[in-house]
Amino acid sequence: MSKSITVRYFAIFREHAGVDEETVAIDADTAGDVFQQLKNRHGSREPLGHCKVAINDEMADWNSPVNDGDTVLLFPPVAGG
Amino acid sequence: MVIPSCCFHPLPVADVIRIIDKPIDPNVLRRELFDPAAGAYAGFEGWIRNENEGHSVERLEYEVYAPLAVSEGEKVIAEAKAQFAILHAHCVHRTGMLEIGECAVWVGVSSAHRDEAFNACRYIIDQVKVRLPIWKKEHYADGNSGWVNCERCAEHAHPSAVSL
Repeated sequence: MSKSITVRYFAIFREHAGVDEETVAIDADTAGDVFQQLKNRHGSREPLGHCKVAINDEMADWNSPVNDGDTVLLFPPVAGG
Repeated sequence: MVIPSCCFHPLPVADVIRIIDKPIDPNVLRRELFDPAAGAYAGFEGWIRNENEGHSVERLEYEVYAPLAVSEGEKVIAEAKAQFAILHAHCVHRTGMLEIGECAVWVGVSSAHRDEAFNACRYIIDQVKVRLPIWKKEHYADGNSGWVNCERCAEHAHPSAVSL
């Protein structure tokens, strides 16, 4: 069943998507589903393990469930320091 | 008049992790770590260098998602305090555009003895680099730019550019 998910893109994902965030109607059970189904938006073929995800401003796992109304933050591979 | 013996903290107590858009001054920051029980201080500064993987780099642009960089950084410092017998540990990371030679990140640790300060400082910078939501874009001398660690981040063309 379709859920309304707000997706936020960062760094190269944002540049690729052309927007900071957008709300999508998506049939996704997990954060990983969101990432896979939005490949044409963030443009990444990085393995999931190289990227990170947060849900509603809490760090999450790719297996974390997503619920209607959640905000999912998609992080490319980090490079601090 | 009696001089109070209280005053080893000349600066207000600071947040352990901060994201700032102004130059980092380690000589000021290290004073936050003063403690009468401290016999050692270890500091690490990460600087902007002019080369990466064969590319001549002119400047670096940092992007930080501050809410989670701070919360994850607080966890890293709490872990360091749990693992190592240290007194204080702080970390400051820059955001925005930085020039060659600027300090991008500073970690400072004080402890009774040097081993703990060195080890905790190393732990904190290593974890900061792999866990905090921070990204850097290199701007090269040839006018190009690229996000670090993102070789496969954009193998698809942007949808609007597919047919160009």
